[in-house]
Amino acid sequence: MTSTKRAPPPKQAAPRAPDAGTWELRLYVAGRTPKSVAALENLRGLCEQYLPGRYKLEVIDLIVHPHLAKGDEIVAIPTLIRKLPGPLRRIIGDLSNVERTLLGLQVRTVTS
Amino acid sequence: MPKAAMNQPKQTLPKAPSGIAGLDEITGGGLPRGRPTLVCGAAGCGKTLLAMEFLVRGATEFDEPGVFVAFEETAADLTQNVRSLGFDLDALVRRKKLVLDHVRIERNEIEEVGDYDLEGLFIRLGHAIDSIGAKRVAIDTLEVLFGGLTDHNILRAELRRLFRWLKDKGVTAVITGERGEGTLTRHGLEEYVSDCVIVLDHRVTDQLSTRRVRIVKYRGTTHGTNEYPFLIDETGISVLPITSLGLEHGAPDERISMGIAGLDEMLGGAGVYRGSSVLLSGTAGTGKTSLAAHFVDAACRRGERCLYLSFEESPQQLMRNMRSIGLKLMPWVKKDLLRFHSTRPSAYGLEMHLAMVHRMVKEFQPRVVVIDPITSFLNAGGSVETEGMLMRLIDYLKAQDITAVFTSLTRGGEALEGSQVAVSSLIDTWLLVRDIEVGGERIRGLYVLKSRGMAHSNQIREFLLTDRGVNLREVSGLAGVVRR
Repeated sequence: MTSTKRAPPPKQAAPRAPDAGTWELRLYVAGRTPKSVAALENLRGLCEQYLPGRYKLEVIDLIVHPHLAKGDEIVAIPTLIRKLPGPLRRIIGDLSNVERTLLGLQVRTVTS
Repeated sequence: MPKAAMNQPKQTLPKAPSGIAGLDEITGGGLPRGRPTLVCGAAGCGKTLLAMEFLVRGATEFDEPGVFVAFEETAADLTQNVRSLGFDLDALVRRKKLVLDHVRIERNEIEEVGDYDLEGLFIRLGHAIDSIGAKRVAIDTLEVLFGGLTDHNILRAELRRLFRWLKDKGVTAVITGERGEGTLTRHGLEEYVSDCVIVLDHRVTDQLSTRRVRIVKYRGTTHGTNEYPFLIDETGISVLPITSLGLEHGAPDERISMGIAGLDEMLGGAGVYRGSSVLLSGTAGTGKTSLAAHFVDAACRRGERCLYLSFEESPQQLMRNMRSIGLKLMPWVKKDLLRFHSTRPSAYGLEMHLAMVHRMVKEFQPRVVVIDPITSFLNAGGSVETEGMLMRLIDYLKAQDITAVFTSLTRGGEALEGSQVAVSSLIDTWLLVRDIEVGGERIRGLYVLKSRGMAHSNQIREFLLTDRGVNLREVSGLAGVVRR
């Protein structure tokens, strides 16, 4: 097996331009704690700036839906999960650092 | 203060019995109820199994459902691993007695940006606890979090909160931790758990592996402080001893025959006390096994069950040899009054031998146990350990009112009386068989070295092996031999 050979892009994404797809994000919070509120605000601002019109954000409050914690392997709160585009990424924390959040979401590599 | 209250014994901490054989004895009743217990040890020492057995026993024996949070193994792996121990986790999960929650932490998938806490874990655990009304929780191994998350300050604060939270929840918890360099756990979990800390250890000495458990700390209660050997076998964990550590066994007045009229005569005319321990020592070929066989035969005649542990002869060989002196043991075996168990002493480690004895005694419920010879145990382990183990074994048999006969091989030239110092203090009746010279003739002489609580003979009697069994004969003109 050669290491120089690149894996072919996923079939589904091939016909579209990489930045045309919709981003599916899911934010897990636990009630309206300062950390959860901050994470949501930071995330909204960031999405509006870098992914305007092509993101879907779902906020799940584990206080209300505790049984949902297991499915996405939630340990830390807040946890942001990038469902699409794959592969799955998870960012934990209040997302106070925009640069590192973008890096974690790999928004930069997609848009540039 | 009212008088009645003053007279009441001091209230000790409520405890949750673990159900693990032997562990509840050394902890004085179990783990602290409603509090976390830390179980630490190196990889492969049995932490996960202890945690799991604690939950399974809780669910099956004490009607206390449990939640197992696994950071290392998946639920499928765990289920598979303990199936060989007879634990059917699937069934327990179906019956809502157990929740298995595998928490996967993948470092390279996680980016940390800003402040966070572990509320997700708390919610998950809380949800699992509430879903089945769990009374017990096991977390295995919490320290995986240190590998998955980089902000150890947050982690430490959250762990502290977790232990407090578990206490508030009122669950009895077992938290496992990997042993660290110079610390009990690699990340110092012992700092957060103040109530009970148990250390497991697995080491190999002289090519024999032994597992040990030690209660390092148990706040507000007395506990055994020694290292206790434990086994992992097809029934789970068993910690030895399965006996109390006190000297509180009863002392029955009943006397039972040794099966030889002349010998009973020497023992105050009535034989030995039930539940006492008898040591038969002598050099090779002096008839120790024959004496023991007589004792077994007599017990079986009374309709009592006997367990004969032979470390030198196979049951067939032993029965054949006894047939030659007129003792037919086969009928007792057929009636299941007599059970033989023969192994080579070197076949297992000392713990394994003793654990087997414990298990067989538990299962067969004999009134009489013969260990032939007890000196074999000396070959199976270091002598200091052996003493401790034998003491526990004898203690255990006594506690069950089982009359035990041990034979002991003394090598020629050794001082007979000095050779069994280790066990002699535990022995109630000590019989010696030795070659003596009388009037230019060499005969086997038997005498009672000691016999607690009864008037016994100081005579030496000649010990004859005939085709109708052992015969004891008074010897004349022995005075000079006895007074050395």
